[in-house]
Amino acid sequence: MDEKFAGLRHDYLRHDKKFPHVWCPGCGNGIVLGALIRAIDRLELEKDELVLASGIGCAGRMPVYVDFNTLHTTHGRALTFATGIKLAKPELNVITVMGDGDATAIGGNHFIHAARRNLDLTAIIINNQIYGMTGGQYSPTTPYGAIASTAMHGHIEHAFSIAELAITAGASFVARGTVYHAAMLDTLLAKGIAKTGFSVIEVMSNCHTQYGRKNQMGDPVTMMKWFKENGVSKEKAARLSEEEMAGKFTIGVLADVDKPNYIEEYEKIREKAGAV
Amino acid sequence: MSGGYEGKENVVNIEQSENRLVLQGNEAIVEGALASGCRFFAGYPITPASEIAELMSFKLPAVGGSFIQMEDEIASMGAIIGASLAGVKSLTATSGPGFSLMQENLGFACVAEVPCVVVNVMRGGPSTGLPTSPSQGDVMQARWGTHGDHPIIVLAVSSVRDCFEITVHAFNLSEKYRVPVILLSDEVVAHTREDIILPELKNLEVVERIRPSVPPEWYIPYEDNSRGVPAMADIGSGYRHHVTGLIHDAKGFPTQRSDEIDAFTRRQFRKITNGFCEIQMTKSLMMDDAEIAVIAYGAVSRSALRAIRIARERGVKAGLLQLITLFPFPKKAVDPVLRQCRAVLVPEMNMGQIIREVKRVNLSSKVVKYSRVDGQFITPDEIFEQLLAMYM
Ligand SMILES: Cc1ncc(C[n+]2csc(CCOP(=O)(O)OP(=O)(O)O)c2C)c(N)n1
Ligand code: SF4
Repeated sequence: MDEKFAGLRHDYLRHDKKFPHVWCPGCGNGIVLGALIRAIDRLELEKDELVLASGIGCAGRMPVYVDFNTLHTTHGRALTFATGIKLAKPELNVITVMGDGDATAIGGNHFIHAARRNLDLTAIIINNQIYGMTGGQYSPTTPYGAIASTAMHGHIEHAFSIAELAITAGASFVARGTVYHAAMLDTLLAKGIAKTGFSVIEVMSNCHTQYGRKNQMGDPVTMMKWFKENGVSKEKAARLSEEEMAGKFTIGVLADVDKPNYIEEYEKIREKAGAV
Repeated sequence: MSGGYEGKENVVNIEQSENRLVLQGNEAIVEGALASGCRFFAGYPITPASEIAELMSFKLPAVGGSFIQMEDEIASMGAIIGASLAGVKSLTATSGPGFSLMQENLGFACVAEVPCVVVNVMRGGPSTGLPTSPSQGDVMQARWGTHGDHPIIVLAVSSVRDCFEITVHAFNLSEKYRVPVILLSDEVVAHTREDIILPELKNLEVVERIRPSVPPEWYIPYEDNSRGVPAMADIGSGYRHHVTGLIHDAKGFPTQRSDEIDAFTRRQFRKITNGFCEIQMTKSLMMDDAEIAVIAYGAVSRSALRAIRIARERGVKAGLLQLITLFPFPKKAVDPVLRQCRAVLVPEMNMGQIIREVKRVNLSSKVVKYSRVDGQFITPDEIFEQLLAMYM
């Protein structure tokens, strides 16, 4: 397994990009990148047909390391650039990777509309419940009561559930994984990428540096344990009461529906308009 | 006429065409964009620019292009950059409030050198301002609206015919120099219907960005060359590379090295400076023996033209320099006018924006300001009165 993955790294990471990467040692972003590479390998996708577009933040630094067509856009806007690319070249497989602040604060409007529109894109949202890159300010997913560098007295706002938001907004495929459940993450990403229509994979990930340290989970292992204990499968969650689920979250595929996607629909518009 | 405008007008041989129409300015922009090969539009409705989006939504699918109405202008700007990176010529159109929202991603188009055209049909501002009244209040925003040191091309249209022709120039310059081009229109030009003869497509000079000619392994996406404009590979064409809003090295990877940062910034300016003689388009009328002149742009130059004709009838030797390119500011065309004339009038529908650029060209010249900021168009009579006062 390790040897196989070493080979994959060689196949998919850029050889001309200077490592080491920018992430803190033990950051969950690397695990998500590993899972993404394995998922792409599993799907046998060609590098030339893949686009990885990101916004700004620690998560946003992912594309530069991989040998696909890569794009590092502006904060919150990755999906808007991805929309243009996909409409211009529908044959490309366009994946975006965003942080929780990136996707649901500054980019929240783009996110819900991309889901509603059902353009065939994949959105990976690395939810570390904080603004990592800028130093630990609270994000739309920071839990009530948590400490953040702009909530030193405790956070008084309530968190979004990214996956539920995506389902409500109309995404075709919605899943939630964690960086602890790494094997499951490979599968969720592969399913999301393979799905036609707008797919969202929310990945609970550790920012021990900016979130963990302020909230009694100052190292990656403690945070991993937290994901292990609180990530509950959909089946198990169905058997638990609301009180028992308090502070926990469901993982796995949460929605998978088929509906007309934008590219197919637009093709019909072209026919109506008399395109040759 | 001077600059690239003169040369290309022969190419757009309007007289030979039979395609005669009555269009409003916004419609002519759509025709110009389609003739330039634009096949992608993303936008958000706003008066007085909405007709551009509406007509694009109708026409693009028929020619195999794509239209999308995005959730806001930030998204529209992002989408056109994405489509252009994938190799498709792209347009968006908006007015003041939307143009303000576009500024962040416009900066991305500058730093990543993504060709695209942004139409701003100016209305009164700031903020919601005067949605249905003309203005020229966004001139400096068009030049400096996005943060950071950057070159950009800003063109201004004055008529329906301009809306077609200058849109073609806008796409051509954008492709040739890998730079966003801002096309400034205003409420008067946008909604005035005029007679126009569209040129045959085969008579139109349409420029495509230079794509790499080397094999993918050799491709260096931001490599300098004599023009300062790197070859641009379409996303998905086998030339995998990285595009970022961070300052980057020749390979496109983020850099903190001061020599690379310096080289990057200077190349951005050099590529535009190299092209000054074709980028800086102006039109001069009755300037040969002029003793006083008007320097104007946009719809106001139409009133100015009428005003100098009235002046000539009364024996006043007045001329007009119409600026088509506002930025990079066409100093070379303005300087001789300032030297030749005793005084120059700069009428603007703002408190004085381009006049500052005019004055900077030659500080000893007499440059007279005329501002109208009541939401009304500047009339020929007003300009004539000013000219008369200057001539006395
Ligand atoms: C328009 C704009 N506002 C603010 C910033 C500063 N900024 C950079 S990253 C970031 C937040 C990143 O947090 P998140 O999206 O959760 O990603 P993470 O760093 O945690 O991966 C902010 C606010 C910016 N780059 N652009
Ligand atoms: S700050 Fe947090 S999210 Fe950013 S690299 Fe470090 S651990 Fe990862």
